[in-house]
Amino acid sequence: MNIQVMERVTTGQKINLAIADCDIHPTPKSVPVEIYPYLSKRWQDYMETYGIIYRQGFPTGPAFPKGQPNAARRDAYPPGGGKPGSDLDFMRSQHLDPNNVQLGVLNPLSCGQGVQNQDFSAAYCNAVNHWQIAEWTSKESRLKASLMVPYEDPLASVKEIDLWGGDNNFAQILLLSRTAEPLGQRKYWPIFEAACRANLPVAVHAFGYGGAPVTGGGWPSFYIEEMVGHAENTQSLLTSMVFEGVFERFPTLKLILVEAGFAWLPALSWRLDKLWNRMRGEIPHVTRPPSELIRQHVWLTTQPMEEPEPREHLLDTIEWIGWEKLLFATDYPHWDFDEPSRALPIRIGKEQKEAFFLKNALELYNLN
Amino acid sequence: MGSSIMTKGAIDCDIHPSVPNIEALLPYFSDHWRDTISQRGVHDLQTIAYPKNAPLTARPDWRPKLGMPAADANTISTQALDTFQTSIAICNCLYGVQLLMSEDLAAAFASAVNDWMVAELLNKDPRLRASIVIPTQNSEMAVAEIERVASDPRFVSILMLVMDEKPLGRRSYWPIYAAAQRHNMPICVHAGSAYKHPVTSVGWPSYYAEDYASQAPAFHNMVSSFICEGVFSEYPDLKVVLAESGFSWLPAHLWRLTKFWRGLRAEIPWVDRTPTEIARDHIRLTLQPVDAPPTSEQLERLMDHMGSDEMIIFSTDYPHWQFDGVDVIPEGISRDLARKIMVDNPKNTYPRLQ
Repeated sequence: MNIQVMERVTTGQKINLAIADCDIHPTPKSVPVEIYPYLSKRWQDYMETYGIIYRQGFPTGPAFPKGQPNAARRDAYPPGGGKPGSDLDFMRSQHLDPNNVQLGVLNPLSCGQGVQNQDFSAAYCNAVNHWQIAEWTSKESRLKASLMVPYEDPLASVKEIDLWGGDNNFAQILLLSRTAEPLGQRKYWPIFEAACRANLPVAVHAFGYGGAPVTGGGWPSFYIEEMVGHAENTQSLLTSMVFEGVFERFPTLKLILVEAGFAWLPALSWRLDKLWNRMRGEIPHVTRPPSELIRQHVWLTTQPMEEPEPREHLLDTIEWIGWEKLLFATDYPHWDFDEPSRALPIRIGKEQKEAFFLKNALELYNLN
Repeated sequence: MGSSIMTKGAIDCDIHPSVPNIEALLPYFSDHWRDTISQRGVHDLQTIAYPKNAPLTARPDWRPKLGMPAADANTISTQALDTFQTSIAICNCLYGVQLLMSEDLAAAFASAVNDWMVAELLNKDPRLRASIVIPTQNSEMAVAEIERVASDPRFVSILMLVMDEKPLGRRSYWPIYAAAQRHNMPICVHAGSAYKHPVTSVGWPSYYAEDYASQAPAFHNMVSSFICEGVFSEYPDLKVVLAESGFSWLPAHLWRLTKFWRGLRAEIPWVDRTPTEIARDHIRLTLQPVDAPPTSEQLERLMDHMGSDEMIIFSTDYPHWQFDGVDVIPEGISRDLARKIMVDNPKNTYPRLQ
């Protein structure tokens, strides 16, 4: 296959608007070199012998082959070798500096979450938490780590949260969206309780392996269906959290939905409001309209930003969601990266622009 | 709030007759299946998609003291047609045929339900039409059932559930779509599940409210499936009606699907136009339930986002409780658009109604 890599022209003189990037994916250069130092010999041996077993059949790759190798931009491979997102210096020169990233939130994927062996999952998440500080946040103050938890074992997750609570290397607790049960169910409540105690938002990033097909009607054929389906999956987990009463039980909980788009939120809120009105008898523990709960408790990262024609339609949508609820993200170094200078080609006011690209995130993460 | 637009002469594309009980179907089975049903104690095929006494399942004024709502022609004629002065109403009979594990049993039930509808509904009120119930478990058997009844022009579409064993665009279903195109019928994809999988991609939910909410994401998935698999490239005359799907989610879904198509179209080269364009040509959605924004101005904006005034077709979703009184057309829909929704769009969707 012939793939052309586009030359990216960076504007020399112009100083770009300062941004927050709430979805950056770091990867270890090498698991034995960078992760094993934080894993006991028992788990190093386990990994060498059995590998990582998820709720999907291929141990060495995803169920749906991605659009690009490692789902990465072709130009994001570090010149010194290694996977995209594995070299801090290259990340600085390719992304953080030219795009004027003031705050970058790291979301490590395929790093111990959703792993079938619960003890291994817990050990791996802990190792990745150490690794993020050692290799990233201690070397680059613009970056913040995500607290990885083995979310299918909520008690082990609480232990991990309590271990790091108050450490300001971490901006948020990270979960993947494809959980084994709907995320609002009480099995997961200890995680939300610990998050509130640690005063950290819970970010749920699209993807993972929960075992259920990615649609309620079975497995689709194509990667594009899985990718698009992350929005539907995220709607289901949000519905669960609303109707299970999570936001009323944990009134200080902040939820960030990462990489699932955002334009679907108004229609979902209207639908949930209508059902709440009709079905109050079934869910009496939900005492306020879903749209209100969502407006108070939920933030969304922007990438992959929806692209209507005409683009102005997106202004209606953002207004319905609330300009203060969106957190800019690029998804660096993945192939569907949203370029900050082109991602929102609609004329908006200076204040709105600053909020959308930077201030909403600084405020949410208490980094003002 | 309703718009107070009169619905006289409208074509109602989604009403739900109930099979009163399994005994009512017995005359329409062969001896073998009649014996099976009695000797094995086969139960009624009502499903958890509409729990009998749940508020949404029947509007209070349409709920009988005893038995199922909308279970006979007289009740349906009075409550669904006379009330709204509609000219035609299409019966989508939601009976759990698609849930059965045995394709043989499903085929027998599908035939029985179709024959019951002819005898008890279509023959009793000339304003009624119906969608063919098929055993989606086996496409060959489904096509056989379509061929068996398609000569009756009162069957105007073919019914499937939005959540079946496989996403509906998958190639194993294509013989059904070939038959639909051959007989000038759209496929009616209705809310509901065969419950062969959890209704959400994160497993089984706790509450009925979640089950019903999850129908909308499932419709998103199936729009993706029909388009990405290339169903409309293969069957250029086919239309797919999404029934009881809501419609306010559609623009955002098409924005997203079209964005990914731009990046990933090499995976599905037969999709040679934007998903948005394909949807506008081939996908239709019934009016109710309207998952409406809080203000009529927002609904007007949303109709602009739809980018087409030909996609929505009138429905009451009788006897489900989606609105009160006769406020079936929400405020924010203009008189011109309402006229298209009530008459022109249904006629252009169902060739057999012309």
